[in-house]
Amino acid sequence: MVARAVGKALPHDSAHLHVSGTAAYTDDLPEPRDLLHLAVGMSTVAHAKVLDVDLDAVLAADSVVAVCTAADIPGENNYGSIVKDDPLFADGLVQYVGQPLFAVAATSVDAARKAARKANVTYEELEAILDPLDAVAKESFVLPSETLVRGRPDEGLEEAPHRLRRRVSLGGQDQFYLEGHIAMAIPQEDGGILVYSSTQHPDEVQGIIAHATQREAKDIVVICRRMGGAFGGKESQAALIACLAAIAADKTGRPCKLRLDRDDDMIMTGKRHDFIIDYDVGFDDNGRIMGVDFEFAARCGMSADLSGPVNDRAMFHCDNAYFLENVRILSHRCKTNTVSNTAFRGFGGPQGMFAIEYVVDDIARTLGKDPSEVRRENFYGHDERNVTHYQQVVEDNMADVLFDRLLASSDYELRRAGIREFNARSKVLRRGIAITPVKFGISFTSTLLNQAGALVHVYKDGTVQLNHGGTEMGQGLYIKVAQVVADEFGISIERVRTTAADTSKVPNASATAASSGSDMNGKAAQKAAAKIRKRITAFAARHFGVSEAEIDFRNDVAHIADRIMDFPELVQLAWANRVSLSATGYYRTPKINYDRTTFSGRPFYYFAYGAAVTEVVVDTLTGENRVLRADILHDCGDSLNPAVDLGQVEGGYIQGVGWLTTEELWWNDKGEIGTHAPSTYKIPTCSDLAPDFRVELLQNAKNREKTIYRSKAVGEPPLMLGLSAFFAIRDALAHDGRPDLQAPATPEAVLRSLRGSGSE
Amino acid sequence: MSTNAIRFILNGEVVETDVVDPTRTVLQFLREDLHLTGTKEGCAEGDCGACTVVLVEVDHSGTDVELKTINSCIQFLPTIDGKELITVEGLRGKDGGLHPVQQAMVDQHGSQCGFCTPGFVMSLYALYRSTPNPSRQEIDDALSGNLCRCTGYRPIIAAAQSMHAQADSWDAREHLDALARVRRDADLELEAEGRHFFAPVDVASFARIYAQHPDATILAGGTDIGLWVTKQHRELETIIYTGRVAELLDMRTSDSHLEIGGAVSLTQAIPAIIEQYPGLTELFRRFASPPIRNAGTLGGNIANGSPIGDSMPALMVLGASLVLRQGDEERELDLGGFYHDYQVNDLQPGEFVARIRVPMAHDGVLVASHKWSKRFDQDISAVCTAYSLELDGDTVTRFRMACGGVAATIRRAAECEKAINGAAWSEETIDRACAALAEDFTPISDMRASADIRLVAVQNLLRRFWFEARGELDETVYTYGR
Repeated sequence: MVARAVGKALPHDSAHLHVSGTAAYTDDLPEPRDLLHLAVGMSTVAHAKVLDVDLDAVLAADSVVAVCTAADIPGENNYGSIVKDDPLFADGLVQYVGQPLFAVAATSVDAARKAARKANVTYEELEAILDPLDAVAKESFVLPSETLVRGRPDEGLEEAPHRLRRRVSLGGQDQFYLEGHIAMAIPQEDGGILVYSSTQHPDEVQGIIAHATQREAKDIVVICRRMGGAFGGKESQAALIACLAAIAADKTGRPCKLRLDRDDDMIMTGKRHDFIIDYDVGFDDNGRIMGVDFEFAARCGMSADLSGPVNDRAMFHCDNAYFLENVRILSHRCKTNTVSNTAFRGFGGPQGMFAIEYVVDDIARTLGKDPSEVRRENFYGHDERNVTHYQQVVEDNMADVLFDRLLASSDYELRRAGIREFNARSKVLRRGIAITPVKFGISFTSTLLNQAGALVHVYKDGTVQLNHGGTEMGQGLYIKVAQVVADEFGISIERVRTTAADTSKVPNASATAASSGSDMNGKAAQKAAAKIRKRITAFAARHFGVSEAEIDFRNDVAHIADRIMDFPELVQLAWANRVSLSATGYYRTPKINYDRTTFSGRPFYYFAYGAAVTEVVVDTLTGENRVLRADILHDCGDSLNPAVDLGQVEGGYIQGVGWLTTEELWWNDKGEIGTHAPSTYKIPTCSDLAPDFRVELLQNAKNREKTIYRSKAVGEPPLMLGLSAFFAIRDALAHDGRPDLQAPATPEAVLRSLRGSGSE
Repeated sequence: MSTNAIRFILNGEVVETDVVDPTRTVLQFLREDLHLTGTKEGCAEGDCGACTVVLVEVDHSGTDVELKTINSCIQFLPTIDGKELITVEGLRGKDGGLHPVQQAMVDQHGSQCGFCTPGFVMSLYALYRSTPNPSRQEIDDALSGNLCRCTGYRPIIAAAQSMHAQADSWDAREHLDALARVRRDADLELEAEGRHFFAPVDVASFARIYAQHPDATILAGGTDIGLWVTKQHRELETIIYTGRVAELLDMRTSDSHLEIGGAVSLTQAIPAIIEQYPGLTELFRRFASPPIRNAGTLGGNIANGSPIGDSMPALMVLGASLVLRQGDEERELDLGGFYHDYQVNDLQPGEFVARIRVPMAHDGVLVASHKWSKRFDQDISAVCTAYSLELDGDTVTRFRMACGGVAATIRRAAECEKAINGAAWSEETIDRACAALAEDFTPISDMRASADIRLVAVQNLLRRFWFEARGELDETVYTYGR
């Protein structure tokens, strides 16, 4: 029996540290001598010329050592990674409430935060654009609008026997990682800077700091052992925080730490894009879509940030699991005087999928059909109707299989009938049920990002240090990749230690994002480990005069023909015979190829699938709603770690439900966000978990592509399982007329829908 | 011991420290001064629970201890003088092994990013001590002050359900002995850089100090005042703490009233109120979270006077009154007359809420309350309503309704009450009463709800009460299927 680590439900590698408070996050690291703490002075208006920033009182405040403004940036005043439109410090112009104007460095956190409030800023206010529709009307965009057309949408619409149009608004979402943004920059000899950053993308932090401080990449080291959650919120945004710390460290020559207060974090940094969705759909009597025309207006905020690829992904995913023969998508990337929106688990995909799910739900309600039938009617085929609107052939379609299995295992039809009966006799409460599929494309749509590196060291005692470009944010990446490496050497997982993501160990790493972490870093690490194993094997073959085929590593033992040697013993021997025991590994995702100018090709290596059935109860007097039961079937391929993957599926679902129910972002008419703390921004709590919650990973589900152990990416896809909760609420409301329900389905939104019912 | 020192027990050891800033939080002290970084800051406002620690005190019997979770991020350090604090670093057994709660969290995969985990572990630890084999509802309630963004809670609930499989080595005696070592019977007075912190032990002393410092900030649970410091960076010159004043901590019942001292915690006051008025159970279950209820006081909720405070609508319809004290003088005031305008109340300089008098329930009165917010647990009401109803046959002999979230203060719905009192308890009357609510209240729009829907909500909640009172609607979305 060969003990394998891959496929085992091992605990998170830091679980024992998490529970005992000994897992060190950036703010827990020992503080260097002479550390200064930073606080950021932020714009209080949404759009204005900055006539004067008087910092005399700030500088004079207790314990203050220095202030930094745009004038203190030796190099480039920018942290925008794609478009250079994101100033680190506003320079003459502020474009949102919360935009950094300056930083103050003091000897304590309190002193810095108190001092930051003492600035005297003179503004000349300019007209502010605060919502996406206003931006469309005024043609205010961060990037040009994009159109993707397949087939003949106009003809499809005209020829269809049924046609529907609707506008629906879909709210954004704050990442609400429990650990707020933080970085600590420590000056090193000869101009170097060492930065501890809570970031999904150390390489980008390194590059942006180098540019801002007029250094080169070689001068900057960025390290991240773990984040206290990220969810996309620390993909591009972490660079701002780290860069401000580095600029202050550069100016003062002292270590500088910037830890954002929760409110400042939520005011200053980006969130999921909210969308206004317009659609026009034509369909036949069976509910099959004959033509659909989408117009998306996304709130990008004041800069491009990642809004280009986010909105591209929304365009790619407005098919979800459905074949759209004739489709037009017009996508506006609206520039508003609000915080620049950014990555959040799903990266535009959820918004696109919400749009098409609303369409199919509406079709069903128009035709008086069960929405699950209309969903089925529109699924991609296996041999035909299997090309996406961006010309990728869906080779691995499993949406229908999962859907049907879940329909059966969840007793969907029986329960639906029971719910109808209940609603007919219930005075105030309504129940609703919905099943929604998930098909989510895996790969960065920017092809060049689909590469990863790893570094593996085997020490003389037979233990292994593993490093790769991936960052750990709670998703269990480190344990999954360590499992791969342990198996490559046939050793127990306890012999493998993963070290912090570190730009000086693995260079040029892509962000840990797009669900790609274990796919890419798992492969890269496997390759690195395999190189060393092959060297040891070759050596052992020579040394013992056997063929390489007779050598095998398993259960911490090397089997060399008839000889058995403990792994450490063989490693020691190899070292003594001057065999290199360190190697890098490199992986690039195969097969992908995509032309952004035409929106066509194969942007995704494969698709991940899932399905969810959610049942809810809604109070028609109060609009309050609760999930009663959720059934989920999700495809992780052959899971590297079923416990970790189950955690991603469960957590993703709840996060998706939160997005569409209780989590509401609210701005006032001055562009100030009112929901900037957990007191006002409500993510799900423990009692929000359905009392009946049944989650399964699809078994025997090897990825048809040659991914690491035929597993599938699992970070983002489960979030979209939460769509079923929204449509279950809509189902409940359908008893009282066709619901015009906006997202999130807060009690207020539900009451509005009920009051508007039948009016359309 | 320096005169400016406080003493408490931390994870079994006596800690004695000079107070240089009376508003320094327990969390700052742990992380910045002691470098005990296991306890995390997630929000610095008592809403996420990452900073949860457990406070141990001698209970009322004097022969046992009681454990309370608190949010260390908004708890001022001098308030834990004489008490015992347990942090996540203090849970491991003497053999260095994980505590059963910690082990259950590992076994059930209850952590992902791990940042919320120490807070969850401490809340679970308090539950482990208080509740063998907790039900799902008891788990939900115990964890309602802890946010996790990664797991979706299922594995944490599983940990709570399995943690009792292993016993730990608890000995209350050890804690009683430790607490005896730091016990303080006299007033505590601290002065640091001209700023004062007083923690008197009897009400005469409290009244005297307040009379001498009428501009002082009265600190009870600190669940709001904590934020003045952590969020608004206000410097409080003089603080007088109610939490050690014996008379203010007293709660007793007479034939006619429940008498709740001004510093009685919500955790202690709520069961006594619910015992009289079971219709308020859900309201109080949803009132903040255990750490906030453990620190926060009923008197503080009232004196603070937020227009979205959750206790006052119910207390108003119950006809509760306040005993206000200034020096040696006491007066009694109906709660309905206490609030004059937004953050303006009837308290005179140097006057404080000595106790709250809640009438005992009598036969034939029906009392209920509704809280309307985006989230069930640990949310601030967008609208909060309360009602008391007495009928003679089908005729209403007395109806009271009070609302929060729809005006500058919590107040009674005078026109609505007029429409109902003396009328038939009928749908027509309720229709008229709902129309009257539009005359009573002109709500505003904010992040919690829009003006128009707030009014709709108040009207619909009244309708809901009507259904409930008639026995036609006994379930809410929160009770349905659970």
